[in-house]
Amino acid sequence: MTTQAVDNAITEEPLHCPGPESEDAGAGDACNSCNYQQFCSSNNNLPKVEDPDIQLIKDNLSCIKNKILVLSGKGGVGKSTFSTLLSFLLSSDPELNIGLLDLDITGPSIPKMIGTMSDKSNATLHMTNNGLIPNYVQDNLATISIQYLLPSLDEAIIWKSAKKETMIKKFLKDTLWNDLDYLIIDTPPGTSDEHILINKLLNKTQSVTGAVLVTTPQEVSLNDVRKEINFCQKVGIRILGLVENMAGFVCGSCNKKTDIFKATTGGGEALCNEFNIPYWGKVPLDPRLGICCDQGESFIDLYPESEATLKLVEIVEKLMDQCEI
Amino acid sequence: MSSNNGKFKSINQTKNIILVLSGKGGVGKSSVTTQLALSLSSINNNKVGVLDIDLTGPSIPRFFDLEKEKILQGRQGWLPIEKSVLNRTNTLKVISLGFLLNDSKNDSVVWKGPKRQAMIRQFIDDVYWGDSPLDYLIIDTPPGTTDEHIAIIENLRVLENIQNINIKAVIVTTPQRISVNDVKKQINFCNIVELDILGVIENMSGFKCPYCDDCTDIFNKGGGEDLCKELNLPFLGFLPIDPKFVELIEQQNEIVAQNGSDLVSEYLKLSISKDFSKIIEEGKFE
Repeated sequence: MTTQAVDNAITEEPLHCPGPESEDAGAGDACNSCNYQQFCSSNNNLPKVEDPDIQLIKDNLSCIKNKILVLSGKGGVGKSTFSTLLSFLLSSDPELNIGLLDLDITGPSIPKMIGTMSDKSNATLHMTNNGLIPNYVQDNLATISIQYLLPSLDEAIIWKSAKKETMIKKFLKDTLWNDLDYLIIDTPPGTSDEHILINKLLNKTQSVTGAVLVTTPQEVSLNDVRKEINFCQKVGIRILGLVENMAGFVCGSCNKKTDIFKATTGGGEALCNEFNIPYWGKVPLDPRLGICCDQGESFIDLYPESEATLKLVEIVEKLMDQCEI
Repeated sequence: MSSNNGKFKSINQTKNIILVLSGKGGVGKSSVTTQLALSLSSINNNKVGVLDIDLTGPSIPRFFDLEKEKILQGRQGWLPIEKSVLNRTNTLKVISLGFLLNDSKNDSVVWKGPKRQAMIRQFIDDVYWGDSPLDYLIIDTPPGTTDEHIAIIENLRVLENIQNINIKAVIVTTPQRISVNDVKKQINFCNIVELDILGVIENMSGFKCPYCDDCTDIFNKGGGEDLCKELNLPFLGFLPIDPKFVELIEQQNEIVAQNGSDLVSEYLKLSISKDFSKIIEEGKFE
């Protein structure tokens, strides 16, 4: 009798559990065998209350003019690099105020790339009565990342989704951004919890201005980006444009160009035509860019004449065309 | 009490399970997984299985040119897709979420944590890997340290306790510090969950210009090696960027048909396979 009771208490959720917050809670096929069916279905009859955080997030973000998501289904294609460069470029106009929010909880790279980790004592966030004060790189460039809250660079965050969601909500509702012209939101790879949540929250408050997709030219990467486009369409995020990163490498000694990541299926351009998305062009692979990111320096300031910088300036102009100032 | 108690699980008899991990995305986890599978299956008639648990961005189907395949349900469980290997008695079996999607090229999986965990449990419990046990099961993982990783470790722990299977991790990094930082987080994760690390592979370490043979370190060099020294881990070796390997993967259909061979023998022709065989020796996979 007692062992039976214990068994019941620790039963895991069935494989196809729709989740207690789902509309099918307690009504799915899998629910018939679940001990908590009654709980889930009774919960379902309660009037749905809107998440109280939504209003708070709405209030907090109301002073931001443009909110831009940087997305890619694939990892390591340069989302964080692009977000960093974009922020540096936009903030080179002293009239604009820029915020950079790093939502990659398990692999935050923004602080390192943007140079706020070089001075360890400075790499923290301060909590005040009014909220969280972001870390300022320049007078008009503020950043937020989970990295600032960790004791060391090596510390891992091993969190399940619910805990990550709490953190993301906190960043969205408690950060004192002040008046921003642009908020760049860097995301982790894939189409997982972080993406679902941020879209849900931002859509219910005021929808995001749009998303910039980043890809590399090979099919393996395009494949994942297709899924991301599919995700954006499913949840109704406008795609502002697609940037093809790491396209072509110019050998330093013979000046010949090689396509390291070969675009056998037409690359980003063909993908854009297929889905009818604006194509914003190719950014070439520049070894100096990687070094700048490692050292947290601004590539744009150091190499203003390089092909990559010129290309990025063009891309930022295209981005600004689609945003309100 | 688990519903699968007492049920025969075909994964139980696997001799070695190798997890390919990296905190960073796009460093070549899937590429290393593929090369590991191809290299291991070319020696000693090993039976190799590949399990892709990257649910939101499965690339393994593309690497093996199996994008259109679908998983079938057999009497003993889900049947993995078999990659045909000519003139060899060994087998190469692949399973990935990509095989379960209707339109694996475009469909996205937008799932929350618990559902992804359940999917992984099913991949471990319900896949039938064949009558004779696998010599190696290589598991390709998504970037980060989140639900998928927790789920796979939890499920493998159970196996390890029952069957004493040899479970090890291989860490992949690129030479930049940005990547090494994320990889340190992954190593931290391995320590926390007490997962043995076989060693670290430094991928994308240098690029040989096909015109002048001059080697440029696009993403710097030595980051992985320094990391190993710092944390006292075995360093398995450097893997350069090889445009020929990318070409083979992207156009394997034509290349294989043209030469009337198969993916494994085409892979062995490339110079990168020699670099990789050194890694296999260094890591004592055999």
